[in-house]
Amino acid sequence: MALLLLFHYVPILGNVIAFKDYQPYIGITESAWVGFDNFAVIFNGDPEFLNALKNTLILTGIQAVFVFPVPIALALLLNSLLSERLKRLVQSVLYLPHFLSWVIVVAVFQSMLGGAGMLNNYLRSNGLETFDIIGNTELFRVLLTSQVIWKDAGWATIIFLAVLSQIDAQLYEAASVDGAGRTRQLWHITLPGMKGIIILLFILQLGSSLTVGFEQIVLQQGPVGTSTSEVLDTYVYNHGILGGNWGVGAAVGLVKGVVGVVLVLGANKVAHLFGEDGVYRS
Amino acid sequence: MSRATTAGVPPPTIPVRTLKCIVLLGACLLVLVPFLGIVSTSLASREAVTGAGGFLLIPDGVHWDAYTAVLSGGVVTRALMVSIGVTLVGTAVSLAFTSMLAYTLSARTGTFGQRPMLMLVLLALLFGPGMIPSYLVVRELGLTDNYLALILPGAVAAFNVIIVRSFFLGLPAELLDSARIDGASEFAIFRKIVLPLSKAALAVIGLFYAVGYWNSFFNALLYINDNAMWPLQLVLRSYVVDGASLGSGELSSMGDVFPPQQSIQMAILVISIVPILIVYPFLQKHFAKGVLTGAVKG
Repeated sequence: MALLLLFHYVPILGNVIAFKDYQPYIGITESAWVGFDNFAVIFNGDPEFLNALKNTLILTGIQAVFVFPVPIALALLLNSLLSERLKRLVQSVLYLPHFLSWVIVVAVFQSMLGGAGMLNNYLRSNGLETFDIIGNTELFRVLLTSQVIWKDAGWATIIFLAVLSQIDAQLYEAASVDGAGRTRQLWHITLPGMKGIIILLFILQLGSSLTVGFEQIVLQQGPVGTSTSEVLDTYVYNHGILGGNWGVGAAVGLVKGVVGVVLVLGANKVAHLFGEDGVYRS
Repeated sequence: MSRATTAGVPPPTIPVRTLKCIVLLGACLLVLVPFLGIVSTSLASREAVTGAGGFLLIPDGVHWDAYTAVLSGGVVTRALMVSIGVTLVGTAVSLAFTSMLAYTLSARTGTFGQRPMLMLVLLALLFGPGMIPSYLVVRELGLTDNYLALILPGAVAAFNVIIVRSFFLGLPAELLDSARIDGASEFAIFRKIVLPLSKAALAVIGLFYAVGYWNSFFNALLYINDNAMWPLQLVLRSYVVDGASLGSGELSSMGDVFPPQQSIQMAILVISIVPILIVYPFLQKHFAKGVLTGAVKG
């Protein structure tokens, strides 16, 4: 308990530096109060902050559209496999990348797709044009998205598979007696059966809109530049910890945290409105 | 899940089935081919690597040069030791504190302050402290460039506390009560009854923590400036992701000829993946089950 208090709640108190002009040499208590000055960056629309906010939202949007459906499709495919053994084999392979750290995933992607990576070697030795996706500013978002899919899409199927296995088999039997084909069964039984979990997870994801792949981006920010790669968390890191703007960084982090809580609670409310259980019921 | 047969619908046509298999096979290949390439490159000979221009899928035999170069002292060996140490000590610390806290929170005797403590743990799930305040706390405690900074900040994860607590709550209350009547202290009950009964659950949580410690990268980036103290993930970043080259300064003296850079990089990568692969069968089995229980209970 003491540890949790020390490293979780003491830092929360430490958020007071968001309201101070923090000077490392004189400490937190001695630093002067500056009220909401540090928040000016946010509310006056500092271009770098706005850029970070914009990139965060764009990435969240891209991931909601391109990453979110992948595990659903994979789960449906896996579920429709007749051979139990094949299914288990495919699952073992697809779950694996989830347990690798981002450093490893990024290293794997570089050795495959980087300028000196396997793909480009192959293209070069066959006299084809090379294709550099790593360190390419325009393609950076594509790269991030494909890494997220590679790492976590397989793992994310677990929850959908669980829901699929709970759909009452009698429904399918009844439908097939009534002459419904496989496509109609998918449309009228399987998808309605998954509706709840899909809405729930989607809303949860909206709740964490302000958090996108921090480690993943920090690792790859160098060659790309901040114009497309800076997100809120990297902004806090680059300005606060590397740049020494402690107060501003803490202010941005604090606002992000508070907005995040509001989003999660709000998302939960919305889930209730949809008649779903949401994350919890009070 | 044999519904396709029981439902009496004709099984999917051959083309549809083939298509499904191709898609899933493709997905598996996307995961496996990179691993194959990494392992092959790390094992290939110098000639094969230069001949292929850097990476290759099929090695020309098994050459351990890159591994001996990396593991016979020097930066990587030291980082490997650091990572192993941090993972072992960290997991032990995490398990000890998590289980003790969870036991306190699960006590049916209603210890003083139990409700507020539970609320604090639950709140911790919802609201994170933010990067800068956390960093400052670690720094004010003088823990920078100290291995404790890699262990203590993440030692107790609120989520795991909740999981262990609900497991403890599932233990038969009569057992604990009878021990209490026999005059056992709470700590003796915890140590002699609760812990032995929860070995399996704690093993799973321990694996959770261990993988977390092994993979943790950002804490080290923030708190460890002295690169002699780097764990493996940071070494991986600077020599593989950022492509700094390893020379005689970083490897132990082995003569003038070093294995090719790519082989060395891929060997480091393999070394950092292998421990995960070793525990992976357990992870898969238990994690999948854990996620499912969570999903069903809501």
